[in-house]
Amino acid sequence: MRFGVVIFPASNCDRDCVHVLRTVLGQEVEEVWHEEQSLDGLDAVVLPGGFAYGDYLRAGAVAARAPVMAAVRAFAQVGGPVLGICNGFQILLEAGMLPGAMLRNAVLRFRCTMVHVRVESTQTPFTRTLREGQVLQMPIAHGEGNYFAPGSLLSTIEEAGQIVLRYCDAGGRVNHGANPNGSVRNVAGVRNPAGNVVGLMPHPERASEDVLGSGDGRLLFESVIMWLETRKRSLVGA
Amino acid sequence: MTTVRIVITLKPGVLDAQGQAVHQGLRALGYETISGVRVGKCIEITVPDQTARDEIDAMCERFLANPLIEEWWIERDQDRDGTGRSRVPVLPRSQGS
Repeated sequence: MRFGVVIFPASNCDRDCVHVLRTVLGQEVEEVWHEEQSLDGLDAVVLPGGFAYGDYLRAGAVAARAPVMAAVRAFAQVGGPVLGICNGFQILLEAGMLPGAMLRNAVLRFRCTMVHVRVESTQTPFTRTLREGQVLQMPIAHGEGNYFAPGSLLSTIEEAGQIVLRYCDAGGRVNHGANPNGSVRNVAGVRNPAGNVVGLMPHPERASEDVLGSGDGRLLFESVIMWLETRKRSLVGA
Repeated sequence: MTTVRIVITLKPGVLDAQGQAVHQGLRALGYETISGVRVGKCIEITVPDQTARDEIDAMCERFLANPLIEEWWIERDQDRDGTGRSRVPVLPRSQGS
């Protein structure tokens, strides 16, 4: 499959994403500069972590208005899978492609640590091959990962099953002690109503090789690859 | 042209971790009576005199603020009476220490 990894000025996890997709998983990868206006020929798009445009104004706010984002929006509207990781998640929130907003961590600190997250929704290309309740171990590294949605919006997205991941302990229990940043209801990742756009704060690309302490992040990439292959087969067969 | 000042803060009730940190800092300096600190940002834009308030609100809504978590107010140059700027002379930071 052909992946696009979008690079904004001050993205800093783009090379990690390219490495995992290209070297670990053997996929074709195109590095997409933020001024690009077309995503033709791509099967999936990743918005990597970093500090796009220096996080000026608000994290992700300026990047969300970059030229490439119109193309990402159009790509998502026709069902293309889009994954936003950390800063990429913040960009998708600021672009209005995912519900909610990010606040500074409630703990007043940048959190850089390994966490556990529980899979809450398998209705996305990135979690389709996982099972609900499955616990994954991945690292986080952010100062603004305190997910927030006002009460009515939160109810809407919870009822619609749009929460994809929640911070939990090693046993899969979602509790206050397992919440690293104050996120409302321990939310670590959400999806759009259609399920093809997903944002998450943990870094799957930093947990895709066992030598790095966890290979769980690879499961998300393998899931979307399998989803794309299935879709391709059904299109060819039709 | 006129300068318009836009002040953006987190909505009441939205956790302001930065404000809490500044509050702790003020307490550490001995300002014990302060009961709350909220930190926002100030953006000054220079626009044609006839620019409508609605247009500035639109800029805030679409980009300058995140309406989900932030609110803003707008002050025009001519609204100021000149007393709003720093009234206390700036003291050297070493003074008193």
